[in-house]
Amino acid sequence: MEIFITLFITGVGLGALYFLVASGLSLIYGLMGVLNFAHGAFLTAGAYAAWYFTTEVRADGSLTSYAISLVLSGLVGAIFAVATEQLLIKHLYDRHIDQALVTVGLGLVAVSAYLGWFGSDPLIALPPTQLYDVVQIGDAFVGIDRFLYITVAGLVLLANFLMLRYTRIGLVIRAGVENRAMVTALGIDVRKAFTFVFFIGGFAAGLGGALATTYASGVGPTLGDAFLIYAFITVVIGGMGSIPGTAIAAVIVGTTQVLVNYYVQGLGDFVVVLLLAVVLLTRPQGLLGKVAH
Amino acid sequence: MTNALTLTDVNVTIKGSHILQGVNFEIEAGVVTGLLGRNGVGKSTTLRSIVGLVPRVGSINLFGEEISGLRTHEVIRAGVAFVPEDREIFASLTVAENLKLAERDKNPDYDTVHQLFPELLQRKNQRAGTLSGGQQQMVAVARALLNKTRLLLVDEPTKGLAPKLVTEVAAALEIAAQATTILLVEQNLPLVKRVAKNIIVMDQGVVVHNGTPAELADADFAKRMLGVSGGSH
Repeated sequence: MEIFITLFITGVGLGALYFLVASGLSLIYGLMGVLNFAHGAFLTAGAYAAWYFTTEVRADGSLTSYAISLVLSGLVGAIFAVATEQLLIKHLYDRHIDQALVTVGLGLVAVSAYLGWFGSDPLIALPPTQLYDVVQIGDAFVGIDRFLYITVAGLVLLANFLMLRYTRIGLVIRAGVENRAMVTALGIDVRKAFTFVFFIGGFAAGLGGALATTYASGVGPTLGDAFLIYAFITVVIGGMGSIPGTAIAAVIVGTTQVLVNYYVQGLGDFVVVLLLAVVLLTRPQGLLGKVAH
Repeated sequence: MTNALTLTDVNVTIKGSHILQGVNFEIEAGVVTGLLGRNGVGKSTTLRSIVGLVPRVGSINLFGEEISGLRTHEVIRAGVAFVPEDREIFASLTVAENLKLAERDKNPDYDTVHQLFPELLQRKNQRAGTLSGGQQQMVAVARALLNKTRLLLVDEPTKGLAPKLVTEVAAALEIAAQATTILLVEQNLPLVKRVAKNIIVMDQGVVVHNGTPAELADADFAKRMLGVSGGSH
């Protein structure tokens, strides 16, 4: 039982990281119809920013430095995302195939750039030693970093919920996910919402990148791509444009992957893909997504 | 007579189909003009071209200002309101949120909206997707009435509605007509006769007639232009 508890919480922690990447993907696709294959590059940028800050700028291993690095990583991801939207995506609205191709290209270019700048070997991050502690739950011992991932993802989920529910921009995003053209027909410049969605999506991805350096014990050029694949699966299972759906799907994907990988070695990824296929066949709009009109 | 809207040689092509083939008309300010024609002749596309929801070429002049180069939200902010065919309300939002989203003026005119459609006040926290067709139409019309507009474009507001609701929508249009110019696409000829001062008839992507609703009483005219009997609808 203790192994199950440890694995389950680790899976939820991994799901929390998936959520951080997938929430932005989901909103961007839901509102703008953009399949953003460059989203992993935002995560990697955040991861490198966290690594650089905690090893070169403030290498004191303190919790304060780590907290600053999380915010900084989010901002790096957000700036990268907004630049992508302003310089590339903005000029290709309603040309979805072109957008997909451009983001695929950007993702490849970003990996090459990271490779050139930082090399192919993973750079070891130095999170505070407190994150290597474990807590005891019953007879199980669980890494404290897992709870950090879950807490951060929970805060992002809460912030998304409050923003979507109680702010004007959130109202515009919710309406835009449903019918973008009609939002503009009410006199609203929906492109401002596009930029905002890229900002928050990039921020969450960058934040996820900083945490992923702890989870993966380092950062390499393809860190983002590894997470991006599962983030896409999460978005499809949860329902494009649905943040609650994305959160539920992230937990399902993370826990399934970790548990199956332990009990049936090596089949975790396969079962996740199988799960994706089942959802696509039985509920194509995802768990909480809406049927496209 | 001041013109509220002038369309000159407006063309729209969507996915290879040349839908509007040089539309020309003027509508008089301060009155209701009915835009009529058989199904598929381009009436809805004409409205959508005015607000920029479809790519268009040609000149569209609103009270002396050229708006054909403006994006949709800019056209709306120039003083145009649009009630689309099939309502296009936001189903997952509440009634109150649908209306809040439409607010542009500092003091949106909720008094008029609630006076015309008191039911919306009672149902303000209900998801719009769970409303009946008539109630959804009320939301769609109410969104357009919240702000001061110079031109109201309304696309088949009574489509699929029960007779009682048709009367309510007609009353709303008459009240709106006291304050703004209306271009109304409508198949319900009695309603057009009741509220419109002028009519424009389209066929195959062009305007084929400009006239008055009185002409609709002529059965030959209605049959020829609209494919319907003028007296029975």
